[in-house]
Amino acid sequence: MSEFLSPRTLAEALKLRSAHPDFTVLSGGTDLMVRATERDYPVGTIDVFSLKEMRGVCESDAALSIGASTPYADLLRSDVVLTMLPNLHAAIREIGAVQIQERGTIGGNIGTSSPVGDTLPCLLALDAEVELRSQNNTRRVAYSDFCTGYRKTQLGADELITAIHIPRPAKGTRLFWRKIGTRRAQAISKVMGAASFRIEEGVVSHARIALGAVADRPRRVEAAEQRIQGEKPSERLATEVAAIVRSDVKPIDDVRSTASYRLDVAVNIVRRFVLELV
Amino acid sequence: MKIRMQVNGAARELETEPMRRLLDVLREDCGLTGTKEGCGEGECGACTVLIDGKPVNSCLVPVGQVHEAELLTVEGLSDGELLTDVQRALVEHGGAQCGICTPGIAVTAESLIRREKNLDHARIRELLAGNLCRCTGYQRVVEAVAEAAAKRGGAGDE
Repeated sequence: MSEFLSPRTLAEALKLRSAHPDFTVLSGGTDLMVRATERDYPVGTIDVFSLKEMRGVCESDAALSIGASTPYADLLRSDVVLTMLPNLHAAIREIGAVQIQERGTIGGNIGTSSPVGDTLPCLLALDAEVELRSQNNTRRVAYSDFCTGYRKTQLGADELITAIHIPRPAKGTRLFWRKIGTRRAQAISKVMGAASFRIEEGVVSHARIALGAVADRPRRVEAAEQRIQGEKPSERLATEVAAIVRSDVKPIDDVRSTASYRLDVAVNIVRRFVLELV
Repeated sequence: MKIRMQVNGAARELETEPMRRLLDVLREDCGLTGTKEGCGEGECGACTVLIDGKPVNSCLVPVGQVHEAELLTVEGLSDGELLTDVQRALVEHGGAQCGICTPGIAVTAESLIRREKNLDHARIRELLAGNLCRCTGYQRVVEAVAEAAAKRGGAGDE
């Protein structure tokens, strides 16, 4: 029988994590449990889904902090998420359906860091930081550095993802989200795009453009961000930014879509984001 | 691992591998075969049960996570022969055909009408999007749930 550990406090969870680096950390299970009967049971499991200290949303002047074990359903019911981070709210609303939203957590999405994780392009566009804790240390890592490859992250063997911190968008910031999949609910995404543009006196002073399902990990398109920064939005600019995306992004063929379709969609998503500013 | 839980109001205690799927424990250990397996990967909703009132895919929940939880399965909906409003409306509207998705739909819809008022057709479609049905085309399911919701005090008609 495999060991199943259900810590009641974060301190206890961190102690168990340190003692059992080979155990699987389980949150809502919506990814880990897919087709579970086709695999052996893990040696052991540390269940962090119900840890109260890792749940809930906390707003400060500077940031919104979300506990890693907060289920999507709780975030959908949060007025502050809806008003401060409407693109993240929209992304979460399109994850699975109610059954998945009640179990899936933002920390789980980050821990798995699948290229098709639906919150991840938003976290990149919002400059989110992941809070990682071990028994002796707490550190924060930008999500853009946290994910290091296909389902690979910087998470240490003695660490837990405890929270995500998202800076409050500056005044004049416009946030965008677009997911393309076979249908709105349940379907795993073919391409997702998220963006954050700050407009000051008619000029884009800060730009983040992120895409999902077009690379081995969720990624920003820095070259496109740099092209738009300092510019006044125009149709010509949208076309130029779209051309940068076309040359910079290299999606693949797989069961859900083709490289050429994904590329066209990614280009169109970003062009429309910029056109929205005109 | 020893699991204690409430299933449809009755206390249950069993000793089992904690990473077994709740779906399998309900069907094999508890004899509650109303909960169906469709896809086994959280896409179809046929295995929906309520954990502490919340709809979840029981194929994605290891039973270790429901220790001390309250579960409701399709068997716990009706009071003997007395069907719930949702169940009766599904029958009357023809919102079921082959039947394999029906337990999941009945359980999900029950949780929705308990938790949300003013369910219009669009909202019902969004909230039932995780319950796939290959027979009915959904229209009669949506009409049935809207009628049941209206009976419970939320406006259901469009």
